[in-house]
Amino acid sequence: MIRTHGLTKAFGPLTAVDGVDLDVREGDVYGFLGANGSGKTTTVRMVLGLVLATKGTIELFGESMPAAASTVLPRVGALVEGPAAYPHLSGRVNLATFDAAGRRGKGPDRRGRITGALEQVGLDPGDRRPVRTYSLGMRQRLGLAAALLRRPPLLVLDEPTNGLDPQGIREIRELLVALNASGTTIFLSSHLLAEIEQMCTRVGVLDRGRLVLQEQLDTLTAPTGRIRVRTPDVPRAIALLDGRVETRGDREVVVRGTDAAELNAALVSAGVRVEEIGPVRRLLEDVVLEASEAIR
Amino acid sequence: MIRVELVKMLRRPRTWATIAALNALPTVIAILLAATDLGPAPGKGPPFLSAVLSDGTLFPLAALGIVLPLFLPVAVAVVGGDAIAGEAEMGTLRYLLIRPVRRGHLLVAKMVSVVAFVLLAVLVVAFVAYLEGRFLLGKGPVTGTVSVSGTTLSQGELFQRTIVAFGYVTLSMLSVAAIALLLSTMTDSAIAAALGTIGFLIASTVLLGLDAAHSIRPYLPTRYWLSFVDLFRDPIRWEGVVRGVLGQLAYLLVFLTAAWANFASKDINS
Repeated sequence: MIRTHGLTKAFGPLTAVDGVDLDVREGDVYGFLGANGSGKTTTVRMVLGLVLATKGTIELFGESMPAAASTVLPRVGALVEGPAAYPHLSGRVNLATFDAAGRRGKGPDRRGRITGALEQVGLDPGDRRPVRTYSLGMRQRLGLAAALLRRPPLLVLDEPTNGLDPQGIREIRELLVALNASGTTIFLSSHLLAEIEQMCTRVGVLDRGRLVLQEQLDTLTAPTGRIRVRTPDVPRAIALLDGRVETRGDREVVVRGTDAAELNAALVSAGVRVEEIGPVRRLLEDVVLEASEAIR
Repeated sequence: MIRVELVKMLRRPRTWATIAALNALPTVIAILLAATDLGPAPGKGPPFLSAVLSDGTLFPLAALGIVLPLFLPVAVAVVGGDAIAGEAEMGTLRYLLIRPVRRGHLLVAKMVSVVAFVLLAVLVVAFVAYLEGRFLLGKGPVTGTVSVSGTTLSQGELFQRTIVAFGYVTLSMLSVAAIALLLSTMTDSAIAAALGTIGFLIASTVLLGLDAAHSIRPYLPTRYWLSFVDLFRDPIRWEGVVRGVLGQLAYLLVFLTAAWANFASKDINS
C-alpha cells in the first residue's frame, strides 16, 4: 500500500529523512515509531505529497507519488500533525466543506457519510456549535472523522490519540481495530510504544531520519527460547534443572527451553511449587532501543 | 472548488465585518455633510463630493472615491493575504491539499473569491451610499445630472456609467489581490502577507508623487485608480481607463503566475 525506496529529505545541510525504505502491506496495522524530531512527520508529509522528496521514490497503491496524487489521495484518509478545522463553522459544516473541496465529493450520500463518520468517532452529529468551542479531544475526534469520511482503504494517522482521555483512547483504539478487521490498512505514526504494541501487526522504527527496524511485531516479540519460573523453592528447582538454568533470582529462575507446559509438569511432579511460569519475550521497548543503539 | 471558496468567504464573519468597516467612513461623511451643509469646494476633496449636497444620487460615486485610494486596497490586502497563509495558520491548508485539491486550482479559486469579495464590497458600499445620498443629502434634479465636464447626463446615461465605474474599480483591485496572493504563498503569516501588500501600495503612491519617477509612473499599480472619474466626462475619456485595465491585467498575470510557480513546488510544513 505504501512503499518508498531510498526516500530522503534534506533541509539545507540537515538531512531529516535519510534513505527510508518503507513497506506497508495491505491489511497491516503498521506502527511507525520514532522520537520527536526523528523525521516521522516529514516522512508522512512526503508520502502524502505535501513535502517534496529530495531523493527516492514513493508508491501509494502501486502508483507513483506525488504524480498520481489526484487519483490516489481520494483513497487515503489522513490525520497529519493534529487536526485542523475552520473555527467559526460547526463540525458538520467543516466536514462538508472539506468533502466538497475535492472531486468525488458530491452525491446525495454526503449527509449520511458525515453523520456516520461523526457517530463512529463519538461526536454528536446534531451538534451545531462552532469548532471554536470544542475541547482538544473533540477536535481530535473531528480530525479522525474527516479522515474516515470517504471510507478510505488506507488510513494514515499521525498521533491519533493525542489529547484524548484514557476512555477516549480506548474507544479510538477499538474503532481502529474494527476498521482494520473490516479490511482497512492503517499506518499509525506515534512516539508512544504502548499504543503501537497494543494495536500494530508491523513496526517500523525511525531514528534520526533512518529506518533502523522494520518487522512483524510478533517476530520481534517472539519467545526467546527461555522460560521464566517464579517459585518459592528456588534451590530445589535449580537442583532439578541443573545445567539448564541461565540466571537465578530471589524467587525466580530463568531456564533454557521452549515448552513451558512440559517444564511446569516436571517441576510440579518433583514437588517444586510454581507461582508463575511462561516463555520470556522481548519487550518492544528493548527491541527499539537495541535497534537505535546499533547504529550509534 | 471555486464554489467552496465563495461559500467559505461568504460564511466568514470577517468578510462582513470588513464590509461594514468600509461603509463606516462614507456614512460618517454623509451624516456630517447633511448636518452642516458644508461641502468641499468644487475640485477639492474626493471626486464628486462637492456635488452631493445638490444631488444626493451622486453619493455612491463619492463614496467610491473615498474608499478607493486607501480603505478598499487595505481590505483587499487583508483578504488576499489571508488566502493561503490564513489556511496555513489554521492548519487547514494541508487537509485541503491531501483531499486532494490541486495547488493551481486552489490558487485560482482563492483569486476568484478575492475578486468576488471586492465586487461584493463595492456593491454594498454603493448601495448603502445610494440610500444615504437619497435620504440624507440633496434631492437632485430629476431630469438629469451635471457631468464633470459641465454638460447634463440623463438618468440612464448616469446609471450606465456608474455600472462601468464600479466594474473599473473592481478591476483596479486585481493588482492588489495578485500581489497579496503571491505574498500569501510565501509566508505562513496572513498578517505579514497583508502588510507586505500594503507596503507595496504605499511605495507605489510615494513614487507617483516623485518627479524623478516620471518614466515608471504609467506602470505603477495605483496610477490609474482614480481614472473612473473620466467616465463622467462628456464625452468619456477612455485613455486612462483602458490603460488602467491593461495595467491591472498585466499585474494579475505576472503575480498570479509567480504565485503559482512558488506554490506549486513548495514544501507544505504548516
